[in-house]
Amino acid sequence: MRSCVLSVFLFHRGEGFSGLFLLAVASVTLNYVKEAEIKRINKELANIRSKFKGDKALDGYSKKKYVCKLLFIFLLGHDIDFGHMEAVNLLSSNRYTEKQIGYLFISVLVNSNSELIRLINNAIKNDLASRNPTFMGLALHCIASVGSREMAEAFAGEIPKVLVAGDTMDSVKQSAALCLLRLYRTSPDLVPMGDWTSRVVHLLNDQHLGVVTAATSLITTLAQKNPEEFKTSVSLAVSRLSRIVTSASTDLQDYTYYFVPAPWLSVKLLRLLQCYPPPEDPAVRGRLTECLETILNKAQEPPKSKKVQHSNAKNAVLFEAISLIIHHDSEPNLLVRACNQLGQFLQHRETNLRYLALESMCTLASSEFSHEAVKTHIETVINALKTERDVSVRQRAVDLLYAMCDRSNAPQIVAEMLSYLETADYSIREEIVLKVAILAEKYAVDYTWYVDTILNLIRIAGDYVSEEVWYRVIQIVINRDDVQGYAAKTVFEALQAPACHENLVKVGGYILGEFGNLIAGDPRSSPLIQFNLLHSKFHLCSVPTRALLLSTYIKFVNLFPEVKPTIQDVLRSDSQLRNADVELQQRAVEYLRLSTVASTDILATVLEEMPPFPERESSILAKLKKKKGPSTVTDLEDTKRERSVDVNGGPEPAPASTSAMSTPSPSADLLGLGAAPPAPAGPPPSSGGGGLLVDVFSDSASVVAPLAPGSEDNFARFVCKNNGGGLLFFNREMMCVKKWFLFLLGRMFIFYGNKTSTQFLNFTPTLICSDELQPNILGFITKPVDPTVEGGAQVQQVVNIECVSDFTEAPVLNIQFRYGGTFQNVSVQLPITLNKFFQPTEMASQDFFQRWKQLSNPQQEVQNIFKAKHPMDTEVTKAKIIGFGSALLEEVDPNPANFVGAGIIHTKTTQIGCLLRLEPNLQAQMYRLTLRTSKEAVSQRLCELLSAQF
Amino acid sequence: MEHIRFILIQNRAGKTRLAKWYMQFDDDEKQKLIEEVHAVVTVRDAKHTNFVEVISVADSLSVLQFRNFKIIYRRYAGLYFCICVDVNDNNLAYLEAIHNFVEVLNEYFHNVCELDLVFNFYKVYTVVDEMFLAGEIRETSQTKVLKQLLMLQSLE
Repeated sequence: MRSCVLSVFLFHRGEGFSGLFLLAVASVTLNYVKEAEIKRINKELANIRSKFKGDKALDGYSKKKYVCKLLFIFLLGHDIDFGHMEAVNLLSSNRYTEKQIGYLFISVLVNSNSELIRLINNAIKNDLASRNPTFMGLALHCIASVGSREMAEAFAGEIPKVLVAGDTMDSVKQSAALCLLRLYRTSPDLVPMGDWTSRVVHLLNDQHLGVVTAATSLITTLAQKNPEEFKTSVSLAVSRLSRIVTSASTDLQDYTYYFVPAPWLSVKLLRLLQCYPPPEDPAVRGRLTECLETILNKAQEPPKSKKVQHSNAKNAVLFEAISLIIHHDSEPNLLVRACNQLGQFLQHRETNLRYLALESMCTLASSEFSHEAVKTHIETVINALKTERDVSVRQRAVDLLYAMCDRSNAPQIVAEMLSYLETADYSIREEIVLKVAILAEKYAVDYTWYVDTILNLIRIAGDYVSEEVWYRVIQIVINRDDVQGYAAKTVFEALQAPACHENLVKVGGYILGEFGNLIAGDPRSSPLIQFNLLHSKFHLCSVPTRALLLSTYIKFVNLFPEVKPTIQDVLRSDSQLRNADVELQQRAVEYLRLSTVASTDILATVLEEMPPFPERESSILAKLKKKKGPSTVTDLEDTKRERSVDVNGGPEPAPASTSAMSTPSPSADLLGLGAAPPAPAGPPPSSGGGGLLVDVFSDSASVVAPLAPGSEDNFARFVCKNNGGGLLFFNREMMCVKKWFLFLLGRMFIFYGNKTSTQFLNFTPTLICSDELQPNILGFITKPVDPTVEGGAQVQQVVNIECVSDFTEAPVLNIQFRYGGTFQNVSVQLPITLNKFFQPTEMASQDFFQRWKQLSNPQQEVQNIFKAKHPMDTEVTKAKIIGFGSALLEEVDPNPANFVGAGIIHTKTTQIGCLLRLEPNLQAQMYRLTLRTSKEAVSQRLCELLSAQF
Repeated sequence: MEHIRFILIQNRAGKTRLAKWYMQFDDDEKQKLIEEVHAVVTVRDAKHTNFVEVISVADSLSVLQFRNFKIIYRRYAGLYFCICVDVNDNNLAYLEAIHNFVEVLNEYFHNVCELDLVFNFYKVYTVVDEMFLAGEIRETSQTKVLKQLLMLQSLE
């Protein structure tokens, strides 16, 4: 873009390749210059190729020159497909410059060509044995850069010897230590511990601080995996650290950086100590405490230099010392001093320091010793939220407010976060919404406050309120009867606003449908007024919300018989009954029918109030963890627990996956409410075709098959139905329907109807899970039904379903009863398939293909080519893919005729990302379906299930 | 395991002047990282911190993305020196490691400029290897590094 660079450059020296350099320097995007560059490079490449192929053997200097040019061309961004052999030849040269270029070429253009690797390894072996420190250094740096498994196989045994040999030069020792570290990282199995380990630990005492610097990195990494083996490093590290921090600023000469003695080594030693619990030996422990106190004291001394380098180096050590103090979490005095120091930094003029102080304080907030001290800085942190210019600093302030929140300051913090939310950056709004929702729930003493807060959230940032959040408020209202009346009143009032967010309509619709009766006594919120209010929003809403409102209406029919005619009129209108959307149309038809034919008893049963949700980890917390990564969500209990594991169980890093972890700690009770959000669908028993209700009330059913008739067909029918209801099976005597709400936890409502006029006796439904010992899918019957079912009666049973891991066989419902002297035994497989645990994931084309590529391992892909069994209709196919549970990604596949989808299978133990692609071939009436997931069995199962649908 | 993932030197136009990788990335990932770093770093000014957390493209294997890398950068005239490390690494230590490195380059090339890095790319790699190896800080003493560099230069 800056062609002026060219003119500067023309006067610059260049030894023969100035033409190339010229083009390199000019970062010109003008096309003709770009073309000229390519032309020039092609010419140069042809020239080099001819030199390499020429009859005349090239001397070392020329070979080096051309290999160097090739490397240069590669670094400009052009592909290089030759010259590797010449580079390897350079390795055996005795001239440093030639060898260096050869090694550099190999390091930059790693080639896994096995033949070359053998030659390269051979050259490295020779250089390692040469006793020439320069050559040894080059060879070690090459191994450290490439670090391949082949190299580990060849040299992992040799390098420890070089490292601990008495006559090895210091600079070679430094390189050898880090080279070994690289091999250990790539192939730990090839680096066996041995006699050398104790000698490596003693390198912490080495006179040469460069050797100590390199060795500390090696020991830290090894100690993380082999804590016992390297335990002795603790006392050595403490005494080394002590000597550094107490030295005068000139003692360490070369290693003093802007008056700070060996800052990087100090940081490394402090990190090494974080692999271990506080030292047991009181002398060592005392000495370490002294060191940490000295570091804290130095922070209070006047600076020895005004340069930022001085303060950065000094504070690098200080922050690492604070990390160690937090890691030990055992010295209240140090923790409080650390907190005070960070408090000063919160108001520092350097943005970097304010940022780091907020970050570090976040971890201090979770220590019981410093939690109170952290809380004293609340005003400063709130101020940071309002004034910081860098969004990442504000983000840290939000994190810290979240971490320091407890019952005493929750109202203030939640209020501040809400007010910040009005102006917050779009990039962090969703996260703040989640945090507010969690805090409001966790610290709610008064649930009216909680309801107000969530409604405020929706008002301020409705677009960022995810499903988890509004599902959650509904779960809580359903589970706590003391707040239901207030919630109904509040949503009713909030809905009065002329423009309210759709999420509010959803919450309002749901809550009024369940608890509208609690405020119906007030003439200002009479049933008709409630209905009219909701219906005034209906036409502005999207299809899912309208579907939810239709369910509210049918619930109103049950709650308020006086509005039944009004609602029936609405349902009967063409805009409902003939709605173009299948779901809406179906609901309107079925609800209308239900309201017409069902008796009040049946209505009351079918439209009963939602039962309480099971207590589970909050889906919001799970979402926040998912969003931020488990390590960054600071939850006091979680952190404490992880930390204590850390101290007792060695330096294993904190558990990585917590999204599936339930939180059984006492204060998390409320967070632990069910993870199953109610599906937006209301609770009518049927959407599987209007015929069902006819079956219930007429005698025309003529199916006689006694045992699980057409169970298989039924099974397939449910695969692509999202959370709908439907008929499981029926026969002359009985029928059984199901209805479910599924997400992480499934819940199925099973209605058993006795269609005869005779009693059923000893009526016992039981659930049989496929593999009793280690079931991957669990079903629980929540409460047994009465063993006697009167003629014409209907009983309901709730079954909770939990997906532990991916599964193929669904639980079987076995029903036994006596009817008119005969024993009846019916088994039916519950229509639960793996895809029911799908959560759709939207992503852009680029992301899709990136992930697609990542899952290219043959075991991860399953493909099926099959003939279409149904007419190949695009809209139907789309509906099936969405019904299957995955997101349908538009404009992702370059071929618009293809369908691609993505989603995550949520199981209790893991989450499995799934990508799918369906390619129809209209002419051949065939499909090709490809599934890619991280688990073979999952790909296989999903492919089977989905293939059967087309 | 915390360590440097890569070191990048870029100019304001986004041209890479040095790229040293300490982790396996394929060519596409490298290109994407280079572009991402350029995009996030060049929009920041003096009121911003010298640290940027990025969502890794290399880790996109899991559908869930975690913030696991951060870029620590410092601008010198038209050049951005960037080090990518683990989120748990010590920000200020790497920030000063950049400066230490730049002071060595400045001394070695006698007032280093962008062109020195272009012309002498193979020497710059040597300087990097003396100071950082296998993603770790290898040597921090400017005196020792320069002494070694002069010794190697004498072999040319």
